[in-house]
Amino acid sequence: MLTRNTFLAGAAALVALSVVAPAGAQAPIKIGELNSYKVFPAFLEPYKKGFELAVEEVNAAGGVLGRKIEVVSRDDNGNPGDAVRVAEELLSREGASFLVGTFPSNVGLAVADFAKQRKVLFIAAEPLTDKIVWDQGNAYTFRLRTSTYMQTAMLIPDAVKLNKKRWAIVYPNYEYGQSATAAFKKLLSAKQPGVEFVTEQATPLGKIDAGAVVQALADAKPDAIFSSLFGPDLAKFVREGQQRGVFKGVEVFNLLAGEPEYLDPLKEETPDGWYVTGYPWSELKTPEHTKFLDAYQAKYKDYPRLGSVVGYATIMSAVAIIKKAGSLDQDKLIAAASGITVLTPFGMVEYRPIDHQSTMGAYVGKLGVKDGKGYMKEWRFVDGKDVLPSDAEIKEMRPAK
Amino acid sequence: MGKDGMSAVLQVEGLHKSFGGVQAVADVSFAVDAGELLALIGPNGAGKSTCFNMLNGQLAPDDGIVRFEGRDIVGLKPRQIWRLGVGRTFQITATFASLSVRENVQMALYSHAGRLRSLLGRFGRAFTAEADALLGQVGMLDQAERPCGVLAYGDLKRVELAMALANQPRLLLMDEPTAGMAPKERVALMELAARLARAQKVAVLFTEHDMDVVFSQADRIIVLDRGQLIAGGTPQEVRANPNVQAVYLGSSH
Amino acid sequence: MTFASIIIQLLNGLAAAASLFLVSAGLSLIFGVTRIVNFAHGSLYMLGLYGAYSLIQALGRTPMGFWTSVVLAALAVGLVGVLIEVLILRRIYKAPELFQLLATFAVVLVIKDIALFVWGAEDLVGPRAPGLSTVEILGRRIPTYDLLLIAIGPMVLLAMWLLLTRTRWGALVRAATQDREMVGALGVDQAKLFTSVFFVGAVLAGLGGALQIPREPANLELDLSVIADAFVVTVVGGLGSIGGAFLAAVLIGVAKAFCIGIGTVNWFGAEIVFSKLTLVVEFLIMAIVLVVRPFGLLGKPQAAQRIAADPAPPLTVPSWTFVLIGLALLLVVPIATDRYVTILLTDIFCFALFAVSLHFIMGPAGMVSFGHAAYFGLGAYAAGLLLKRAGLPMEMALVLAPLVAGAFAVVYGWFCVRLSGVYLAMLTLAFAQISWSIVFQWDSFTGGSNGVFGVWPSAWLAGKTTYYYLALAFCGAGIALLWRVLFSPFGYALRAGRDSALRAEAIGIDLRAYQWMAFVLVGALAGLAGAVYAFSKGSISPSTISIAQSTDGLIMVLLGGVETLTGPLAGAAIFTWLRDEVARRTEFWRAVMGLVILAIVLLFPQGLVGGLKALTQRWREARSWEKTV
Repeated sequence: MLTRNTFLAGAAALVALSVVAPAGAQAPIKIGELNSYKVFPAFLEPYKKGFELAVEEVNAAGGVLGRKIEVVSRDDNGNPGDAVRVAEELLSREGASFLVGTFPSNVGLAVADFAKQRKVLFIAAEPLTDKIVWDQGNAYTFRLRTSTYMQTAMLIPDAVKLNKKRWAIVYPNYEYGQSATAAFKKLLSAKQPGVEFVTEQATPLGKIDAGAVVQALADAKPDAIFSSLFGPDLAKFVREGQQRGVFKGVEVFNLLAGEPEYLDPLKEETPDGWYVTGYPWSELKTPEHTKFLDAYQAKYKDYPRLGSVVGYATIMSAVAIIKKAGSLDQDKLIAAASGITVLTPFGMVEYRPIDHQSTMGAYVGKLGVKDGKGYMKEWRFVDGKDVLPSDAEIKEMRPAK
Repeated sequence: MGKDGMSAVLQVEGLHKSFGGVQAVADVSFAVDAGELLALIGPNGAGKSTCFNMLNGQLAPDDGIVRFEGRDIVGLKPRQIWRLGVGRTFQITATFASLSVRENVQMALYSHAGRLRSLLGRFGRAFTAEADALLGQVGMLDQAERPCGVLAYGDLKRVELAMALANQPRLLLMDEPTAGMAPKERVALMELAARLARAQKVAVLFTEHDMDVVFSQADRIIVLDRGQLIAGGTPQEVRANPNVQAVYLGSSH
Repeated sequence: MTFASIIIQLLNGLAAAASLFLVSAGLSLIFGVTRIVNFAHGSLYMLGLYGAYSLIQALGRTPMGFWTSVVLAALAVGLVGVLIEVLILRRIYKAPELFQLLATFAVVLVIKDIALFVWGAEDLVGPRAPGLSTVEILGRRIPTYDLLLIAIGPMVLLAMWLLLTRTRWGALVRAATQDREMVGALGVDQAKLFTSVFFVGAVLAGLGGALQIPREPANLELDLSVIADAFVVTVVGGLGSIGGAFLAAVLIGVAKAFCIGIGTVNWFGAEIVFSKLTLVVEFLIMAIVLVVRPFGLLGKPQAAQRIAADPAPPLTVPSWTFVLIGLALLLVVPIATDRYVTILLTDIFCFALFAVSLHFIMGPAGMVSFGHAAYFGLGAYAAGLLLKRAGLPMEMALVLAPLVAGAFAVVYGWFCVRLSGVYLAMLTLAFAQISWSIVFQWDSFTGGSNGVFGVWPSAWLAGKTTYYYLALAFCGAGIALLWRVLFSPFGYALRAGRDSALRAEAIGIDLRAYQWMAFVLVGALAGLAGAVYAFSKGSISPSTISIAQSTDGLIMVLLGGVETLTGPLAGAAIFTWLRDEVARRTEFWRAVMGLVILAIVLLFPQGLVGGLKALTQRWREARSWEKTV
């Protein structure tokens, strides 16, 4: 009996599975979006709001190619295996024209490889990993966000200027932290011969033993610290370091710490004078940002985070690519995407033909505290195109077709 | 004890065991002959179970010799001792609850024949007749298809006996074979065991609380008190022994 | 390290150990008395942190407000624990062992989404401990609060000891930890005892969380990261031993601090980065402790554990008719349905084989594995690496991968079969985590945290339909093989050993050897599932070896029912399908999943297939009774 019941349950499941959403003739153009919503909600909730705003604006302006757009969004559970499955679902069941999204590096890379196999366009929105456009780059994958290498390189001029000899490094123990550390050491050593890296701490992501780590860094008596921590790890690191007075007289550089997602939780604890990359949303006065900010605040009664900008710019990029291609044919989309320029809240960016990396920039500045809240001061915008390696270096890294 | 040690099936000499300084078994020696039923009795905590567990390899003695058919078996594992031809039943029955009665006995037969390592054959095709013969002997054939998990306690004891006989043992160790059974069943089960043992010339060593069972079935009795043997002989001799009356019978009956 | 830094790192380690001890003590207490592996214990810790955060906002950042908040948060979490016990667990104490784990897993999902709903996604950084500054020790400053935590650990230990040894309640708890049935026989109200134990255990978890408020931002990842650590501490200390938990927490806390303090060293020209060990050090310690002391530091061999549930029922062979009909249906799927169904079913095939292999080892063979993903993941990696690094053809890689996974099972299994019960399960987890951390960090070979890419099938197999049939053939063959083995003499010997190890040994069965062989067999087949999975995805990442993957397997087996052969199949299918389906329907899909699982748990305490079986049985009986009337 049990087998019959299993079988009946299975049959019922099959019937449910085979109900296919019909696609009408003038149905909207579907963009397949996948992300790790439940695993990284702090970054991805604002991201979702950002892309929803973009969809609304595009459709209000009449859509693209005479059709409205629709983003079909899926949670990939932060797991590459699940991501490949939902990517397939988006393409084959939902009829998505191409793919956008992803957050963690391993998911981004898995979907990039899937896009190559399936020969569809993929705009990687969030993943920071350098590999997605370089070592593992492929013809079908484009990446919007300012990469680990680029963000690290943006901090180098300030680091060189300070001319500190002894550097300590702390990073989350996975690809992003390792790449940031490697890039920082390489770039700084090139610019400042004789620099010493006195200690390195690789901490498990989300589980830093902050007291022990700051103590170990202090024991190495560094002049400066380079950190790529973020999220709860960053908050713990800051608190322990401040309480124990470890940051006194030491310059600290921390990637990403100026992004509202990671800065805002620190509140009055925000470490004054740290060099960071980030997003000083309240102080940007460019017309493209003001327009975005006003629309965002009107729609959500909340201020945008960096994720919001990324989500918004992702959809704007996708729409620009469709428009330029004039068709949903993959070859035309790829051809259109290569070298396309798109206006984002951070200004005009170009998806470079050489490696499909966008030239989206970031804001570099120092942290300060005002009214119990952290903010970025003395900031400046660094254009992405100014911090990328030379074409020759990229050709070396990027595999031939 | 004046038995001819060399011809005994089981011969125990100078067995010692202590736990954290407490002597559980001290200088125990005895022997069992083929076809003989020897009862090991004694009050609670006298060291019966400890003694028993040293005979079948579950416990290592501190000192002493255990010979089975002339071979020293100290240091061997229970499964190795079983392979030499020693069967055993437990105080609390241990059978395979999810297998049928027949499969339980077949398991012992397969193991005896060294045929359990096969990954692809179908268990239960072989040794059906042998298993049923054994079940017939213990009166469990009519329940052969039932899983052991649903059997009454007395029936489980019978299944155990059938399993213990499956490798045609020359020595049967039975730890409290009738514990937990109704009084009427007890004598019946032990009579059954005695009959089978005598018919097949199996030496039997058993511990038992029920004195009716002991005195009606045992050929000889040895008495353990605080780890030491204090008496031994025929049921009549033991019954008459003042030591035994003092430490044991006086207090328990 | 200088003397000063040794002392300071020692203090850091001890401070970190305090909260770990509190959570683990609660977990140990609950397990000792109820034998429930409370997966939701980390969620209770997380709620303690969130609760304390909110209460401090309300009561003010004064010493009074702070400490009141901490205590109130802990008590509130205690009440949540009582709710979980009364509403859910009490109904399923008689279910097969470990089934309660499924219920607590569902609770984890629900609590996580409730926390997301109530407190939002952003990390919440609590205040520093009001009124407490820092003290200078050997020229270094250390938060006074850390010193306080160091003192709180032993204080709670003392309080627990007094509670357990000086009160009637404590005597009952100790008795129940030794022999649960005896307490029932003594006429003690078990339900009340269990509820009170859950309350105390949950209060400890909540207190552990609340006390972290000055040290750790409240965030949604805490539940799972804490539960893994708490399990490790509990097992290293010895199940049910509060003192052991304290010792283990200190050992692990201090070991971590020293890994960080030592940093990078050069030994004989080889650079060893100790700080990277923090990823896995607790699991290394657990593996070593369990190999040396099979019952943890202060644990005792568990009294022959008589489970409340009935003994496992006999296995029945699935009927050929239904297997063939099922197969025939699956064969026409690619023709009859859309492409995505084949994709989803390919996933389900892989997970079905994975679940069936896990079922084999935890059901009939009686060895629960918490780290079964090790073989799935290692099989996947073997396939990928043989293809990409060794340059073997895909077909060859697919065939060899199970052998590699099996080879790991030879090594891991050798150690595991020497243990039993939860200790065995935790050692499998330790090996899985050690494998994971090596794969995760060995960039040059395994691709590190990113994984391996471009693992696609050969051109002739690359079509989704072709690959669907390949997956069906391989996974189907694997499942058929495992089922076949279960009815072989070898399979019967395993079941016999599960029913009574004592009797098995007494009839000449070398049980350990059989169990070891079973380990290798299921390792190889889980590896096959992983290899098929890898080629269907084109990439492999360390998440295939993760705790989450192991947990998924457990959930599938338990959901379907551990006592039937087809249970794991149904569990794998329903769990995978449900997740796919629910995730696209609602934002709070985790809570929905959790509620669905809870409903299944409460309606079918033998798992889905087991429950359906019982239902049809009852229906038949009712019908035959009607006929006779």
